[in-house]
Amino acid sequence: MPVVRLRAPLSELAGGRRELELAGGTVVEVLRALEREHPEVKGWILDERGLIREHVNVFVNRDYGREDTAVGPDDRLHVLPAISGG
Amino acid sequence: MTQLLVGTKKGLFVLEGRAGDPFEIAARTFAGEPVEFAMRDPRTGRYFACVTSAFYGPKLYFTDDPAGEWQQAEGPSLPEGGDTKLERLWTVVPGEQEGLLYAGGAPGVLFESRDGGETWQLDDAFWNQPTRPEWSPGAGGMCLHSIATWPGDPSRLALAISAVGVWLTDDGGETWRHGNKNLYPRYMPEEAREDTLTLCVHNMHRAPKRPERLFMQFHGGVYRSDDAGESWASIADGLPSDFGFPLVVDPEDPDSAFVIPLVADLGRTTPDGRVRVYETRDAGATWTERGEGLPAENAYLTILRQAFDREGGGPDMGLYFGATSGDVFGSGDAGKTWFTAASKLPPVHSLRVA
Repeated sequence: MPVVRLRAPLSELAGGRRELELAGGTVVEVLRALEREHPEVKGWILDERGLIREHVNVFVNRDYGREDTAVGPDDRLHVLPAISGG
Repeated sequence: MTQLLVGTKKGLFVLEGRAGDPFEIAARTFAGEPVEFAMRDPRTGRYFACVTSAFYGPKLYFTDDPAGEWQQAEGPSLPEGGDTKLERLWTVVPGEQEGLLYAGGAPGVLFESRDGGETWQLDDAFWNQPTRPEWSPGAGGMCLHSIATWPGDPSRLALAISAVGVWLTDDGGETWRHGNKNLYPRYMPEEAREDTLTLCVHNMHRAPKRPERLFMQFHGGVYRSDDAGESWASIADGLPSDFGFPLVVDPEDPDSAFVIPLVADLGRTTPDGRVRVYETRDAGATWTERGEGLPAENAYLTILRQAFDREGGGPDMGLYFGATSGDVFGSGDAGKTWFTAASKLPPVHSLRVA
C-alpha cells in the first residue's frame, strides 16, 4: 500500500504518526483514507470541495501531485506546507 | 484586573493589567498563525479563537484556559462536495439562550452552536438565499462580521456583511430580509445606488438598553437605525472622516457610540497623523474628539473592524483598541484619557475584553 508521510501539526492530528500505510489509487483516495482513519485530519489537507488546500503541497515520491494523480502500491505521499506565507 | 484577547497576524496574545499601566503578556498561543478573532463567553467563561492557517484553512478553537490546551470545534464548514470553501471566521457572539452561540465568516456565512460552542451547524436558510450568486465581497473577503442579538429574544437577529448589507430575521434564522433602506453607497454609480446589493457595512452594534436602535460604520458613512435595522439615517456630520472600521457602544447609554475615523477611501490611516476616538452621547447629533494620551503626531495607524472593544459601561467604561502597528491603547474613563497598554505586537487583527 502507498505510504503517507506527515509532519506536525498533521502528524499530531494523526495520532502522532509520521508515516501511515493507506489504500488508494489516486492522491485524493489516499487522503480520504487518511481522513477515515484519523477524522481529526478532515478539513486540514482537503477543503470542503475535495481540493488540496492552496498552500499545501502533496508530492508523489519526488513529483508534485494533484487530486487525481495516480498512486501505486510502492509510492510515497509527502504532505508538506508550501513555501509561502508572510 | 482586565484581560485582553488580542488576535494578531502571528498568534493570540492574552494581555493582563489595570487601566493606566502597561499590560503584561500573560499568554501567547497559536504562535505564527493569523488569529482573526478571539473572545470569552461571559456566561460560561469559555474562550474561542478563530484561526486562519495560511496552509490548513480556517479553524475554530475553544478552551477554558487560554494558556492551556485548545480544542478544535466540530463544524464550522460548508457543505461537502460543493464549489465553495469556508475562507475565514470573523466573529463569535453569544446568543440569547443557554448554550447558543453564533459565528460569522466568509463567504457571507452564519453558523450556530447549541452546545456552548463545541459543534456548529450552518444556517441553511441564509446559505441558500436566492440572491447569493449576486453577492460581492469587500477587499477583506465577503465577511459576515457583525451579529447583533436582541436582548432576551433569541428569535431576532441583525447581521452585517461586507459587502452585502444588513440582514434581519424575526424567527431565529429561518427566514431573512434586507435592512438596507437609506444606506448610500457612494462607491457605486448613481444609477445603481437605489437597488444594489453591494453594500459595504464595516461594523454594526445594537444598543442593548434600546434594542430597536443600531449604530453602523459603513464604507463611507456612519449611520443609526431606530427601527431595528429596517432603515438608516446618517449621523456622520461632525466627524473628520466618515470612513473607518470599528465601532463600540456604551451598553448603559443607548445614545452613545464610539468610532475611530480613518482617511477615506484608499488611505485608511488615522487623519493628519493623529490618533483620535470620536464619541457621541446624543445618538450622533454631535461628536466629541477623544485623544488625550493617544499619539498626536506622525502616527498613521490603521485600526481594523474587530480591534476595538469596551469593558463595562458608564463613566468608568474601559475602552481598548489595537492597531496594525502592533500598538494597543486603553482608557479607563470612557475615552477621556488614554494610555498605551502594549506595543510592538504583531499587526493586531482583533481585540476583545475577556
